[in-house]
Amino acid sequence: MNDPRLPPEPPRRPKRDYVRPLDLKSGRIDMTHGSGGRAMAQLVDELFLPAFDNPWLAQGNDQAAFEAPPELAAGGRLVMATDAHVVSPLFFPGGDIGCLAVHGTVNDVAMAGARPLHLAASFILEEGLALADLARIVESMARAAREAGVAIVTGDTKVVERGKGDGCFITTTGVGVVPAGVRIAGDRARPGDAVLVSGTLGDHGVAIMAERESLGFATSIVSDTAALHGLVAAMVAAVPDIHVLRDPTRGGVATTLNEIARQSRVGMLLDETTLPVREEVAAACEFLGLDPLYVANEGKLVCICAPEHADALLAVMRAHPLGTQAARIGSVHADDHHFVQMSTAFGGRRIVDWLTGEQLPRIC
Amino acid sequence: MCLAIPVRVVERLAGDDALVDVGGVRKTISLALVDDVQPGDYVILHVGYAIQKLDTEEAARTLALFAELEATVPAAPAEAGP
Amino acid sequence: MKYIDEFRDGRTARVIAAAIAREADPARRYHIMEFCGGHTHAISRYGIGELLPPNIRLIHGPGCPVCVLPIGRVDSALELALERGAIVATYGDCLRVPATGGLSLLKAKARGADVRMVYSAADVIRLAQEQPGREVVFFAIGFETTTPPTALAIRQAEQLGLANFSVFCNHVLTPSAIANILESPEVRELGTVPLDAFIGPAHVSTVIGSRPYEHFAEEYGKPVVIAGFEPLDVMQSILMLVRQLNEGRAEVENEFARAVTREGNLKAQALVADVFELRKAFEWRGLGVLPYSALRIKAEYAAFDAERRFGLAYRSVPDHKACQCGAILRGLKRPQDCKVFGTVCTPENPLGSCMVSSEGACAAHYTYGRYKDAAVPTP
Repeated sequence: MNDPRLPPEPPRRPKRDYVRPLDLKSGRIDMTHGSGGRAMAQLVDELFLPAFDNPWLAQGNDQAAFEAPPELAAGGRLVMATDAHVVSPLFFPGGDIGCLAVHGTVNDVAMAGARPLHLAASFILEEGLALADLARIVESMARAAREAGVAIVTGDTKVVERGKGDGCFITTTGVGVVPAGVRIAGDRARPGDAVLVSGTLGDHGVAIMAERESLGFATSIVSDTAALHGLVAAMVAAVPDIHVLRDPTRGGVATTLNEIARQSRVGMLLDETTLPVREEVAAACEFLGLDPLYVANEGKLVCICAPEHADALLAVMRAHPLGTQAARIGSVHADDHHFVQMSTAFGGRRIVDWLTGEQLPRIC
Repeated sequence: MCLAIPVRVVERLAGDDALVDVGGVRKTISLALVDDVQPGDYVILHVGYAIQKLDTEEAARTLALFAELEATVPAAPAEAGP
Repeated sequence: MKYIDEFRDGRTARVIAAAIAREADPARRYHIMEFCGGHTHAISRYGIGELLPPNIRLIHGPGCPVCVLPIGRVDSALELALERGAIVATYGDCLRVPATGGLSLLKAKARGADVRMVYSAADVIRLAQEQPGREVVFFAIGFETTTPPTALAIRQAEQLGLANFSVFCNHVLTPSAIANILESPEVRELGTVPLDAFIGPAHVSTVIGSRPYEHFAEEYGKPVVIAGFEPLDVMQSILMLVRQLNEGRAEVENEFARAVTREGNLKAQALVADVFELRKAFEWRGLGVLPYSALRIKAEYAAFDAERRFGLAYRSVPDHKACQCGAILRGLKRPQDCKVFGTVCTPENPLGSCMVSSEGACAAHYTYGRYKDAAVPTP
């Protein structure tokens, strides 16, 4: 095959002889897996390579080289983003740290209106991590990457002593390309713009909290972790002049909107009656004294656009599987204080402020 | 320090414990502070304990009071506020 | 959510608001104090103040136990965690209170102290069972709603013969605080604020009943309406208070009849009486030392009293000089009247009790209402 985007066929390598294959059933990570020696090579050869399975990785270099994507020649720009993932627990309803690591960075790249190209992944593993768990994580990452149409082209592995890490930390860096004429950025919100959200708030945070035994509640809520670049592509195709896109993660939609308000130097007014929240998420938040506006998401985006484009964008979002609950939740106006305000379902008004500290469940 | 919510008792468990439900979310709590609670009853939950049974008749009466008030007000303004 | 959503209905809110506007006498002012952190939070979160006519003023009282917890008591908890090697477990609200040197339990955790957040007293018992080699201390705070679970935990510890469990007791009493607001010499010094009526706490009342408030209505001639936790409950109670004041009545009425009876929860009260007794005096942050206002663990349960077990000494620590919490807690000043509100003193960096917890008057105003001070254009 002579596809110029792919690296040349790697030379046939002699089959490496390991005394024993990795014990993926009951083996554990130990310090030798991070030392750069044979144990680490085996981890890469028998676990990471087969799972991520792409010609760049198979080359066996410390870096990946690739051709410039066609959009660049047409005036497009490169986009790069990085994200560290330290979620605990590693496995939760709806996902795990592996797919989260892929979705998170793909989404950051996509929020520029960019097509994601490649990912890099670096692992910090804790001594004692079960290989079975690592295999599950890696398989989940591989699947998420395949479904997103990106390859994990280069990576790194380190091991830290027992007690110095939460099992597994993953940092992913992504590269993408945004076509000419698309300029989506946090400072482009303008008075009069519509504020849209692609779906229900707080699903991921509640799914994670339910998994934490100390809070002891059971729910059928699953994390909404998902790669959003397909949804974004559909939206940009319908409306190239979208002003802002951002995916709210920690700190929830409230934090994202406050960030954008500050960057764009505007104020916003939300309508509480239009916020899409699942009943169970609302109930879990009642239990814990939390506000869904501040609870984490992992598969949703906020979109700010000129008011005349709102209906078209909502239609596109709702037609996409990841945007069926899309809603218009407010609008942008001039405000030197950059407040995000909300008219309450009750008929009153309040501020939706920056999150103070960490969101701890209230008893009060 | 008053965050307490009304929850529905789904079933009694071992000892004083019970499984409760609100909006589809379930939790195990303690009924040690209240007597005579049956599945289907509502209790007020605070920091993992039921602190009182909810009197559903009184609740209905309070809601009826609101409804009465609505009947006496000719036409409530669409926008509230002074 | 049943019995929750019905009491948050916006349309009914406007109906009640219209009734209040109709019945409030334009020739007089109404000063109503709500004494319950949950009510402060509901009023701010739902913007109830805006639905009321301008001659009704809502004053936030000292109903937040985190806010009135003295710095010196948090210092003792920090001592347990940092110097005495105990696992200190407490409710989430407590973790961020800054004590001497700006240190909080959360910051102590970052320094290596073993601090755990729990949702329930039962979690602490479990923790003690799981960690037999460590001392586990439950940093217990709260008004009468939260005290029965602590009593249960101590009784349970006794039944289980837990040798490593104790409670650092900071439970306080509602009627004492109300009496202080109506009575104390400092208020007389500073000049009484006209206080016409009280919105009685919701969940404290489910435990203590409506009876204890009859004293205030009789002695001081102030009407009390016990209000449920939801915004419609609060609005209905304001309507009931306006009616009482118009008719010159001073009674205790119970709007929260679905959860409050005159006697309250006798089982819970008996439990508390078995485990706790009154302290002669206890310092309340912002209010000073109040007599017979707090509880301590009885001698029979001394083994579970962290103060005795660890020989904790209390040192009173004064608040920042610029702090106006004392006046704010008594309704003499509003958060906006404090020079450091929103500038030096913010939820991220609270100088005084009113900003420490989301129920505090200053924190609630900062989080939900300060846009009103800023004359923001209404789109």
